[in-house]
Amino acid sequence: MNLVTFSGPPSSGKTAVILKTIKAMQQRDIKAGVVKFDCLYTDDDKLYAKEGIPVKKGLSGSLCPDHYFVSNIEEVVQWGRKKDLDLLITESAGLCNRCSPYIKDIKAVCVIDNLSGINTPKKIGPMLKTADIVAITKGDIVSQAEREVFASRVSTVNPKAMVMNINGLTGQGAYEFSTLLYDKEENIETVKGKELRFSMPSAMCSYCLGERRIGDEHQLGNVKKIELGDKDE
Amino acid sequence: MNNKNYLRNLTIKKIIEKYPYTDSFFKEQGIDINKKDVKISELYENLTVDEKEDMVITAEELLNRLVSYIDNMQEFLGEKEEEVKNLSLLPGSDKDDKEENYEKININSGEVISIVGPTGSGKSRLLADIEWAARGDTPTGRHILINSEVPDKKWRLSGNKKLVAQLSQNMNFVMDLSVKEFLHLHAESRLIENEDEIVEKIIIKANELAGEEFADDVQITSLSGGQSRALMIADTAILSSSPIVLIDEIENAGIDREKALDLLVGEEKIVLMATHDPILALMGDRRIVINNGGISDVIETTKEERNLLEELKVIDEKLYQLREGLRYGDRLPSFILESLYDNKEQTG
Repeated sequence: MNLVTFSGPPSSGKTAVILKTIKAMQQRDIKAGVVKFDCLYTDDDKLYAKEGIPVKKGLSGSLCPDHYFVSNIEEVVQWGRKKDLDLLITESAGLCNRCSPYIKDIKAVCVIDNLSGINTPKKIGPMLKTADIVAITKGDIVSQAEREVFASRVSTVNPKAMVMNINGLTGQGAYEFSTLLYDKEENIETVKGKELRFSMPSAMCSYCLGERRIGDEHQLGNVKKIELGDKDE
Repeated sequence: MNNKNYLRNLTIKKIIEKYPYTDSFFKEQGIDINKKDVKISELYENLTVDEKEDMVITAEELLNRLVSYIDNMQEFLGEKEEEVKNLSLLPGSDKDDKEENYEKININSGEVISIVGPTGSGKSRLLADIEWAARGDTPTGRHILINSEVPDKKWRLSGNKKLVAQLSQNMNFVMDLSVKEFLHLHAESRLIENEDEIVEKIIIKANELAGEEFADDVQITSLSGGQSRALMIADTAILSSSPIVLIDEIENAGIDREKALDLLVGEEKIVLMATHDPILALMGDRRIVINNGGISDVIETTKEERNLLEELKVIDEKLYQLREGLRYGDRLPSFILESLYDNKEQTG
């Protein structure tokens, strides 16, 4: 089984891109399934199910979605193998822009959209910087110039990544993209022992443990303070 | 990786001196380039844990990326040496696996080709084949040649360099910048040397295409539909890195379509135009007919059709006058057909 991890900011078009990509794969008789990671709510699993795609969803609730992802990824891989998938795609939302669910030696795709603003590539951390392929969406509604500027910003932040424009509505580019995701020779049986590409966002402080009160005396553990010093005065 | 060891021993200042474009690389990577007299490895020595985390990657990885970035940029800058002079399509098959009805279609730069066919017939697929520089590895099985050769894989992989630029009806400007700032931003990303000159040229050309003039300090988001399209076309013609331009209809309002095509052709672009408008379609040198996923015919625009084009332009001009009349509160005439003949005698 092949495994690919998708991530990207909310509403960037991950689900649309994955749906169109899997459709293109079905033409080539590749059986793909999806596990969708989200925080509080998602209906996307229904969209996949409607297309006859094996799907599971996981909601992290009050936990950091990345931590939830990594604590469950091995079980998810085993689910995919049990379903006899050729390709398993995990989809997770990059809610804090610091998300980094990618695993070493496992293909990593970041989905980001043209409407999000030209400084976005700089704002997104490891999720964009350590991806193998960057899929840029919503190119059909912005000008050619903006597409070029945006793609060039992405390449500056992550010069090693392959950058593709994909239209999640029409599927333009999805077939080509799908040929990059699946490799017949690759067979992932487990991700046990593999490593994350980058450490996950972390905190171990009183608020992680349910503290609600505000003020220094209630803050314990890994606490970071904003710099409001008089530097420039 | 010789380059890597070489870069390792240079200070950031020296690297930027040698490769000026790396300035933006360091900035986008969040590196404080005021500390110019240090080497990349030294850059990491004095960072706090938090700062290290913000960098995401290690010094070694930063070096790797810098090497990739410089390679990309040098390839990008060397682009002019290998111009795309022509594009050839070799047949694949339609949705019923029937071979397409042509041997080879050659399109030279400076040519305008129309693409016609009902919705869902495979126009987007054709475009996608070209964009992906297909090698028999797409659903149609078509092959694309550039300058009569199998194209380099870089057309697929690079973010800076795509074969096809696209212009379509529902495209908008979304950035919050003035026309001038916007064009400078685009020019910067292309590493153009004579930026001011190019930006000025685009604004002049765009104003020639647009029905209503606009100044260079207007916000791009507040341009009218016609003005936006004029600016997009002028910008794509003059500043886009892509040798092929695909146009998905140009609405007949607020823009001189013939001049727009002339501008693109004059900049040695290969122009592909998906359209159902007879005036636009006949402006092409040839038209590719698509049906059931395959190319079913390639029609050369005949002399007779060019004649028809002249008549259509007269009708078009008349409609334009009526629209303008309406706009300025005129009352419209009860007949126009006769005046069309008068017009034709005058012009032709």
